[in-house]
Amino acid sequence: MKLIFEKSVPGRRLSLLPDCDVPVCKLPESLRRTTPIGLPEMSENELSRHYSALERRSFGVNNGFYPLGSCTMKYNPRINDEMSALPGFADIHPLQPVHTVQGALEALALAEQLLCEITGMDHMTFQPAAGAHGELTGILLIKRYHAERGDTERTEIIVPDSAHGTNPATVSMTGMTAVSIESGPDGRVDLDKLKAVVGPKTAGLMLTNPNTLGLFEKDILEITDIIHKAGGLVYYDGANLNAIMGIARPGDMGFDCVHLNLHKTFSTPHGGGGPGSGPVGCKDFLAPYLPRPVVEKEGEGYTLDYERPLSIGRIKTFYGNFAIVLRALTYVLTLGREGIKEASTQAVLNANYMRKKLSECYDIAYDYTCMHEFVMTLSGLKKEKGITAADIAKALIDRGIHPPTMYFPLIVPEALMIEPVETESKETMDEAIEALLDIYKVACADPESLHAAPLTTPVGRVDETAAARHPKLRYEG
Amino acid sequence: MGKSERLYAKSHEWLLDLGDGTFAVGISDHAQSELGDLVFVNLPEVGDQAVAGEPIADVESVKAVSDIYSPATGTVVAINELLLDTPEALNENALENYLFKLSDVTERSELMDLAAYEQYVKEEA
Repeated sequence: MKLIFEKSVPGRRLSLLPDCDVPVCKLPESLRRTTPIGLPEMSENELSRHYSALERRSFGVNNGFYPLGSCTMKYNPRINDEMSALPGFADIHPLQPVHTVQGALEALALAEQLLCEITGMDHMTFQPAAGAHGELTGILLIKRYHAERGDTERTEIIVPDSAHGTNPATVSMTGMTAVSIESGPDGRVDLDKLKAVVGPKTAGLMLTNPNTLGLFEKDILEITDIIHKAGGLVYYDGANLNAIMGIARPGDMGFDCVHLNLHKTFSTPHGGGGPGSGPVGCKDFLAPYLPRPVVEKEGEGYTLDYERPLSIGRIKTFYGNFAIVLRALTYVLTLGREGIKEASTQAVLNANYMRKKLSECYDIAYDYTCMHEFVMTLSGLKKEKGITAADIAKALIDRGIHPPTMYFPLIVPEALMIEPVETESKETMDEAIEALLDIYKVACADPESLHAAPLTTPVGRVDETAAARHPKLRYEG
Repeated sequence: MGKSERLYAKSHEWLLDLGDGTFAVGISDHAQSELGDLVFVNLPEVGDQAVAGEPIADVESVKAVSDIYSPATGTVVAINELLLDTPEALNENALENYLFKLSDVTERSELMDLAAYEQYVKEEA
């Protein structure tokens, strides 16, 4: 398929932009560019076909089953888009005077209230643009908390070896040191190993619960107590909140701050369809450090409070990806208190259904009753037949199913991580189970045939090694 | 350099006494096989202090980035620059292609000979 630049024909025009209705103001000569801008030139018809062709070649939640573990690829209800497109939300500017955007501020305040209720937090900022950005914000809050108390020796954040890679990366970004602890034989935090690394340098712990193996940290109260007694704070990575919404709250488990992935758990577009939103909630004592401004109730209405002398400052322009917050708010209000809980219980039931059915053939790593996701290990098949997790994942593409997460968490060799989510039907899961069991049979009988998969896609098996060793990072026409 | 002279760490690095006061450090053949095709090797700088059991370098495969733990405490006196441009050399021969060399080695991690290491890998699987 040709790139849009290659389809360009000089002089061809389309008229998608409306006439300018404000006075034209010319830039000073010194600021104007002297070379052509190099934009593609084409007709509206050609442009429309170009993007339709791209759409046909991509795969999203609307195309089929998308069990990408740790990513919660759930259905995004259309009503979310309708609400965020309301003119009172869509046609406003973040620099408008606050008295003209009271409805928007009220929506932010309501979203804060409801998401604090779900997480057990007291305050929330919506500035972070996605999960990793939320992690950075949360760890900066923890760092500032220690700094304000003159506790400057606390430079270590403990991270289990099953954690999302963004956790230790976040720690490094804040100038602190990540201390990795080995998971116990049951795949959970090993209390003795945790006790061995806490001390006067402990600034905090980052944890996701359930963890990346889909297992609930049943010792969570003791874990957070160990950290608190050592003088540290505990950060909740909200990536796996979909397993416990309406049932258990990070705030009640002893977590001091959390981030949420609205684009995962709260059904807003995700994966190329973004933008994301990674709000950070915290307990009262961390609230003074939240990014400014924050939405505050003032009399009968709302205002934006910039007078926050202890704030860590801005994390993003304006108030974050506002339209995504509206989608998440719509989702929470649509489901309601019981619906939120039902979403989580169904997600857990679905994961256990698939885990049990697949365990007929596949080895499940840490085979316990799981939460919203589980991890299979293909190391047996790799040894016996030379079939890797990647081979199974690529074969799924030929059967119209998006691959699960591969090679994560790092503590499971040849990992495939499956998260079916609550919005998938039993029929869809049964088809996927059948496909996976059938692929397993092929892997045993004719392993060679799987090395070439996928065969039905516009681009077949890509050479990931060559791409990583010799990346071509820009288009050279 | 005979294969049996290398000593192995549980974290899959090897240490080889070169007999001239320096020690070579590399990763085991099992490690390169488990990592898969390597695409990037991040080595320490000459003069860096390595501490036994602490991360000193990292290797990146298509799957993941993995820390390399120094099997001994000492000073980095040489690095294998070949690996910076051709990380695949580690996949081709993990034993002949060292990562870096140490001098003034004062302390070692708990290390195994080849037979014990092979047994350990077997049990770990």
